[in-house]
Amino acid sequence: MTKLLSYQEKDTWIHRLCGVTKLLFFLLWCITSALTYDTRILAAMIAISLALFAMSKTEWKQVAGVFKMVLIFMVLNVVAIFLLSPYQGCEIYGSHTVLFQWFAGHDVTAEELFYLLNVVMKYFTIAPSIFIFMVTTDPSEFAASLSRVGVPYMASYSVAIALRYIPDVQGDFRRIRNAQEARGIEMSGKAKLKDRITRTASIIFPLLFSSMEHISVVSNAMELRGFGKKKTRTWYAQRKLQAGDYIVLALSVVFTVIALVITFHDGSRFYNPFAG
Amino acid sequence: MEPIIEFKNFSFKYRAQQEPTLYDINLKIYPGEKILIAGPSGSGKSTLAHCINALIPCSFRGDVKGTLRVCGQEPAKAGVFGMSKKVGTVLQDTDGQFIGMTVAEDLAFALENDAVPQNEMYERVNKVAELVSMSSFLTHAPGELSGGQKQRVSLGGVLVDDVDILLFDEPLANLDPATGKRTIALIDEILKKEKLMVLIVEHRLEDVLYKDVDRIIVVNEGRIIADERPDDLLCKDVLEQQGIREPLYITAIKHAIRGSDKKLQPKDAPQHIESMRVEPYREDVLRWFTQVELPNRRNENQPILEVKNLSFAYSPDAPRVLSDINFTIRRGEMLSIVGKNGAGKSTLSSLICGFYRPAKGQILLNGKDISPLSVKERGEQIGLVMQSPNQMISKPMIMEEVGLGLAVRGVPAKEIEERVHETLKICGLYPFRNWPVNALSFGQKKRVSIASILVMNPQVLILDEPTAGQDYRHYTEIMEFLKKLNEEMGLTIIMITHDMHLMLEYTDRAIVLADGHLITDDTPAKVLTNEEAADRAYLKKTSLYDLAIKCGIEKPDELVDRFIAYERTLRRAKQQEDTAGTGKAGGRKGENR
Repeated sequence: MTKLLSYQEKDTWIHRLCGVTKLLFFLLWCITSALTYDTRILAAMIAISLALFAMSKTEWKQVAGVFKMVLIFMVLNVVAIFLLSPYQGCEIYGSHTVLFQWFAGHDVTAEELFYLLNVVMKYFTIAPSIFIFMVTTDPSEFAASLSRVGVPYMASYSVAIALRYIPDVQGDFRRIRNAQEARGIEMSGKAKLKDRITRTASIIFPLLFSSMEHISVVSNAMELRGFGKKKTRTWYAQRKLQAGDYIVLALSVVFTVIALVITFHDGSRFYNPFAG
Repeated sequence: MEPIIEFKNFSFKYRAQQEPTLYDINLKIYPGEKILIAGPSGSGKSTLAHCINALIPCSFRGDVKGTLRVCGQEPAKAGVFGMSKKVGTVLQDTDGQFIGMTVAEDLAFALENDAVPQNEMYERVNKVAELVSMSSFLTHAPGELSGGQKQRVSLGGVLVDDVDILLFDEPLANLDPATGKRTIALIDEILKKEKLMVLIVEHRLEDVLYKDVDRIIVVNEGRIIADERPDDLLCKDVLEQQGIREPLYITAIKHAIRGSDKKLQPKDAPQHIESMRVEPYREDVLRWFTQVELPNRRNENQPILEVKNLSFAYSPDAPRVLSDINFTIRRGEMLSIVGKNGAGKSTLSSLICGFYRPAKGQILLNGKDISPLSVKERGEQIGLVMQSPNQMISKPMIMEEVGLGLAVRGVPAKEIEERVHETLKICGLYPFRNWPVNALSFGQKKRVSIASILVMNPQVLILDEPTAGQDYRHYTEIMEFLKKLNEEMGLTIIMITHDMHLMLEYTDRAIVLADGHLITDDTPAKVLTNEEAADRAYLKKTSLYDLAIKCGIEKPDELVDRFIAYERTLRRAKQQEDTAGTGKAGGRKGENR
């Protein structure tokens, strides 16, 4: 069974990179994507993202569910902008090219559509890189990476431990849902939405209680083996940075600098095709 | 020699409790000893163990009186971390204490916390992995391991520090019998290689005694009741009086010599049946066993549940989890489904309840195919009780919880109240009907979860490990309750279990699964005296079998059957005495068809 968005061991150069490299790349990538509205840069980033996605040998079914969620969110976002600030694009690009009138007093402008296109492109630059990061990074190595970039190890270990117990909690959830369904608390599509929401409580509470039971065992077990004893800790799964890591880091920095220079060289972070 | 652990006039009271849990404990344990601490739940045996690793008083607060020294230190001052260097603790929950993402990381956990450099860590992990024979599983995730392998990892995880004391807190609770036996053998193996003192807290005495222990310490009501060599202790009646199950062959011999002037003698080495001198008691066993009457328990009722050619796989191209299962259960039967973890027991119950759809085959209830029925519709006729009541209880009040199944089916409030009251009476919970669920004990919560299923008047009840992790007294309480439901209401009861005592004592039939195949379907006595089936299913043949062989009894399963019948009559007699003492019987007949 493929778990959604969880680490899968494969042998590609992306998997072999250190978690810290991928994390820094991911951060730079997000910053660039957030800052720039330069359509050419965004297009290049999408191309790179898709290429990396293919190289990481990520299977579609690993990410399909989450991707659909992202799409829904994106559509909501775009529709909201279009309805609430229909002339945002015009303000940004300083012109007003009416394509047609949607209804009285609400023009559909080329500028607005172009602006929305940029928003959509941003989603597509970031989504694949999140997926790649999630499915190619070993959680414990990632925790080790986090602590290396200065996150306190208590915090970074809690990330790893959460990932460790997710399958257990999922198993509990399935068993509890089944048993409650047998008692007649229907959670399938047949039940009305309102009932489904109130009945979710009949799963959440048992899940919570059995998880609490679990947590006290886990925390005792951790303490008995000395977790939290010292200010620092070492990591079995930690990897040393290799040549590949340095190359990727260097390329990421170079790309970010170039992208930002191109974006900002004319003093505006928007690429304006209407200015000609 | 200096003791490695020494309790002197030691008492402990949990902060939330009125009375101390441990009274005036005086105990010395020396390096190299292997000690078994036995006692019923709530006796204080786990509390005693937690004092040694400093969880008491550092994590569980309370008042300490007297002194305790472990390896020359005072645990309360050294703290949990300080003691973890000296005392390695293996807990009963093998899943909960598996902290790392992989075997290697879990073995390394204590080293990581100690900031040991990575290179040294690799070396020590490899060494300890070899010690517990897990070297070829270093990259495996916990989900890919069996219960026994997880147990090995937990053991490795504490051995990775050079501890002086190994503390096992009910190590057998979640393991099937054969795996439990191997765990005990593994502990013995490690003792041969490393200089250690071992302390095992467990109430499954017979399983621990599979390998020699130096002393057994019996704890009850916060005091040490006995502290003796096993050979001496087994000859006395202390264990029985304290509600701890003796090894079955010991009980059988004691039954046989009761009334005569013979006594079990320590010099006959009763610790292991294999090496015990049975000769002095042979005649008595032979005589006693022919006197016990064997009840005829054949069930000739109509079939209630039939499983025909049932196969299942998670996807069409995945390997089969169950193949070609066939059996028929008759109305009013009480039977067990046994087999090692992962043999397909839970999958079978999931198929019967409709959580999964079979790949092939049919399930019939009262002669009708139930494949068109939804999970909910099946739930009205086949009730499922999960292992832990915490996995089922979702309402704060008992009345609400028990009535939930009826409420969601739109039964009028008046009728719900009547039926809930009636069910609570059957379950002995009526006096508590207005209590919050939280105020109940674990055993009572278990009964609430059974009541919440019974209220729907199911025809078949399936219970997943009904007695997991409970001591002999609670075990007997729950099982007697189920037996009563079975006998008085004619309820058909199926139990999924790996408790061999449960299967022997309370069920008339056992369906044995191994690797997705049904390998035997017979009386428990026959199953547990069948070496081949027991091996394949990771069961453990009962020690009564060895006793029978040693006494020269031709059909060992007859000794087993007669022993069980004899025990049942004893229990009945004792119960009648008890109920006569308290004045009134609790049960009443349910009026379902």
